[in-house]
Amino acid sequence: MANHAHAPRPLGGSFLSPLTLLLGVLAAIAGVILVYRFIYGLGAVTNLNDGYPWGIWIAYDVVIGSALACGGYSMALLVYIFNKGQYHPLVRPALLASLFGYTLAGVSVIFDLGRWWNFWHIFWPGYAQVNSVMFEVAVCISAYIVVMWIEFSPAFLEKWGMKDVRQKLNKLLFFFIALGVLLPSMHQSSLGSLLVIFGEQIHPLWRSGMMLPVIYLVTAILLGFAVVIFEATLSSTGFKRQLETPVLTPLARIMYWTLAAYVALRVIEIVARGALGTAFAATWQAFWFWVEMACFVVPLVTLASENARRSASKLFVGAVLLMLGGFMLRVNGFLVGYMTGEGWSYFPSLAELMVTIGIIAFEILAYIYIVRNYPVLPAAQPASR
Amino acid sequence: MDRRTFFKASMAGGAALATGAATCPAQARDNNPMPADAVGLLFDSTLCVGCKACVAACKEANGMPLEFSTKDQYWDTPLDISGKTLNVIKAYRNGKMEVKDREENGFAFIKKSCMHCVDPSCVSACPVSAMKKDPKNGIVTYDKEACIGCRYCVAACPFGVPRFTYDSPTPQISKCQLCVHRHKDGKYAACAEVCPTGATLYGTVADINKEIARRKALKPGEKTSFPRGKLGGPDQSYPGVAAKYLDHTYGEKEFGGTQMLMLSGVSFQKLGYPDLPPRSDAAISEKLQHTLYGGLIAPIAVLGALTFIAKRNVKPEDEEGSQHG
Amino acid sequence: MSETYIEETTEAAARVASRLRIDRREFMQFCAATATTLGLSTGAEAAIAKAVEKAKRPSVIWLHFQECTGCSESLLRAEHPTLEKLILDVISLDYHETLMAAAGHQAEAARKAAMKANKGKYILVVEGAIPTKQNGIYCKVGGQTAIDMLKECAADAAAVIAIGSCASWGGMPSTIPSISGADSSPTGSSGVADVLGKPVVTIPGCPPNPYNFLATAVHFLTFGKLPDIDQLGRPKFAYGRIIHEHCERRAHFDAGRFALEFGDEGHRKGYCLYKLGCKGPETYANCSTIGFGDVGESNWPVACGHPCIGCTEKGIGFTKPIHATAQLRGMSPPASYPGIVEQQGKTSFASAAALAAIAGAAAGGAAMLAKNLGKQDETQAQKKGE
Repeated sequence: MANHAHAPRPLGGSFLSPLTLLLGVLAAIAGVILVYRFIYGLGAVTNLNDGYPWGIWIAYDVVIGSALACGGYSMALLVYIFNKGQYHPLVRPALLASLFGYTLAGVSVIFDLGRWWNFWHIFWPGYAQVNSVMFEVAVCISAYIVVMWIEFSPAFLEKWGMKDVRQKLNKLLFFFIALGVLLPSMHQSSLGSLLVIFGEQIHPLWRSGMMLPVIYLVTAILLGFAVVIFEATLSSTGFKRQLETPVLTPLARIMYWTLAAYVALRVIEIVARGALGTAFAATWQAFWFWVEMACFVVPLVTLASENARRSASKLFVGAVLLMLGGFMLRVNGFLVGYMTGEGWSYFPSLAELMVTIGIIAFEILAYIYIVRNYPVLPAAQPASR
Repeated sequence: MDRRTFFKASMAGGAALATGAATCPAQARDNNPMPADAVGLLFDSTLCVGCKACVAACKEANGMPLEFSTKDQYWDTPLDISGKTLNVIKAYRNGKMEVKDREENGFAFIKKSCMHCVDPSCVSACPVSAMKKDPKNGIVTYDKEACIGCRYCVAACPFGVPRFTYDSPTPQISKCQLCVHRHKDGKYAACAEVCPTGATLYGTVADINKEIARRKALKPGEKTSFPRGKLGGPDQSYPGVAAKYLDHTYGEKEFGGTQMLMLSGVSFQKLGYPDLPPRSDAAISEKLQHTLYGGLIAPIAVLGALTFIAKRNVKPEDEEGSQHG
Repeated sequence: MSETYIEETTEAAARVASRLRIDRREFMQFCAATATTLGLSTGAEAAIAKAVEKAKRPSVIWLHFQECTGCSESLLRAEHPTLEKLILDVISLDYHETLMAAAGHQAEAARKAAMKANKGKYILVVEGAIPTKQNGIYCKVGGQTAIDMLKECAADAAAVIAIGSCASWGGMPSTIPSISGADSSPTGSSGVADVLGKPVVTIPGCPPNPYNFLATAVHFLTFGKLPDIDQLGRPKFAYGRIIHEHCERRAHFDAGRFALEFGDEGHRKGYCLYKLGCKGPETYANCSTIGFGDVGESNWPVACGHPCIGCTEKGIGFTKPIHATAQLRGMSPPASYPGIVEQQGKTSFASAAALAAIAGAAAGGAAMLAKNLGKQDETQAQKKGE
């Protein structure tokens, strides 16, 4: 077991700043648009149409949002299942980001549901339809959100001084941690399985059939690592704390080999399916495929040496690229490579985009609030600069 | 960290999911079979004259609103099926449009409405059983009260049939249900009822297949008679001349079969119908789901392994440890 | 042809009821109506007026063969102008067996005289089919067979017009009896073009609309040539479109409202007669736009509640049973019909710009941060070096 020299402490400090103000405004704008959406319907706000029934609210807010929120999952997998205790300081902040990512993904599904007042049907015997991938995703994500709140509850319980409850919970925590690893494995893979039923409507470059769940699961784990590096770097710079590079470097090594395995898997799968030819056609799909692949391959090159993985800047750039790659894979699968027939076009409306931005803003805002007031980030000396 | 735990974890956590997924393609579940008393439509593009009587009748029978695609909003001019339109007639135009049912310099008409797949993607995709396939007559129906409006069915259907009323705060899916609400009055699909040339026919799939075989056996130009309305209903047939049919009956094999079958003189791909493989996507998707989650065996096994490992690695900490782990 | 075409024709027809004589004003109306019937552009009525006023009235020789005189009867009921005006002011009808006062040898002499005097300038109008079996002995006028008489008159004619379906292709007399082995009509009735072996202008119909004939005659008068014709010899201005295209019951067809039997609810409500065997969808004629009989709008067979029998269409009229369903012809899709692929969905320039701006800002921010981190890396490396 790892020792915990840096026990988490609330950061303290003032919540109000130009940044939080800006984020607040963005979140408020999204709120106003959402009120409008609930009064006048989806069509009044979004550019959704029957050729693209799912827009960025699903592709980004839910599919990508939850994948980017896989930091908690990846770290739990690493620390508790693969028993890499040295990454422990990263767990709680990662879990917090995941908590917000997932909770908001779950909530933003409601924004996108046309008949949102019926959403409970998914969990209701008699309505629930177990053959549906969507059913599985919905149930798993909902369960995971609950599990994450339980996993994260020690932070609140500490603050509120509820020691008895905390102690009891601690004894059962291992079970929730196991659940917290199983559930994301299930729904992150299923987010890929969602595409299986689209069949021929998906461009051959993303029509991986039975490998879709594997591809989405591996990239979700990858994204989890990348996000942890990204968030650790950002919060170190943002809150003027010591960089966590020494912890991040070995993490980056694990990430690197996962990445190598993924790229190999992806390329072999495409070649084996005989879809490689379509990557060289003069289409937007091919173009965005190469952008996606570049986002995965460039870190594979730049982070190849242990030395490179010690550089905070290279780590940061690599993590950003990986996040972008995971983002592109999902955007490509759900939007760019989704071809329901000729004649359809979709690009999110400004209002639609503002809602997504508002949700992200709200997420960051809540993160800042929590780390300032609850024990999340490891107590550490201010940055030495 | 010891090797044994690591090994166990990798075995349990990753392998179960991966092997489950990887072994699927060889054993995808079969397409669902055609229901015994399946009913459907026969659309013969060579008989369709593009009068759009079916479009108007469909609107009336289903109480759908008018839809405008022109500046002057005088009459119903839907461009495609939509939340407001369950059935349209589209025109194939090529070059000088001299001859009907010819690909080059010709034209043709094609109906677009629900195909009533034998193994429908929308039913498989719907998480709340709002889309259902009647086990007897095979009609794919939609229940607004169950629907959550997730539009997975819209995205999943390879024909792009379920449509959504985006402009409503209480939206719903719109799709042809073969006028199932009129059946109790002894009526049938309004589109077939009004079709002046019998281009759209209602009937059991068995009767439809017989009629298709009969038409395909005719020589182009041969005098024959074409039924109108409902196959097996009152005789409304009229004398006509057989057209030159393609050898392809759309919906016979596509996607595990559909209960709307189509004949044409122009290739169906040119008429906007996708070239689909004979297996249904629902079969593949459901097989995948059942392999991974069938009886919840795999998830429970994995959870057991993970709990075992996590229990070893997560130790209830003392008060000052301040963290789980 | 535009809306004005219909409007003007309608207006003129509506005023005809109150008209007893043609004065100057009404004469101009006749010219205008003729111009619009012909589908000529604005201003053409002036040319017509000029031509009718100034030009020498062309001589017309009108032959009757296997016919019922229905075409002449129809023409007699034309009211703008009336036939007597046509005879006196517009043309010089020098030979017409039913209308002329002369009889017997006198009549034949008048024909010969007119042919001689107007050699190469007269218009020959033929009404009725020409029997061809057994050298055409089934129809003789003044001891001369129809074939001989037609050939004689056609030889020096400036133009030949076949009026009515019989003259056009044989019409009703050419109907093949339903007796086994029959492959032609008993007398071998044929159209003018078949007998002469060259195409002629045909004004089919049973009877034809008189204005289609008058307009053709006036066109010849005005421009010195016959109007454009289709492959069956029919002037395009009158026979260029399918009746169905402008049928007043068309909306019912498009909405699927059909009369299913005579006298049923749909029939009484004026629904489409397609299922009763209306041949409008496969018959080229302007009946649905100019009406019939000069009693105003809505006065033509379909408007009266009887399905079109396709009398202007060879192979349809007198051939296809009246109740038989029509094959739709010339129904190339209207422009308003949706194509197979229609562009659908919205894209937003504003959000594309916003997204680009955000992406740019994020990329810039990330680059700045990476740069700063790079500096930190260097300082740390230096520290280690020290």
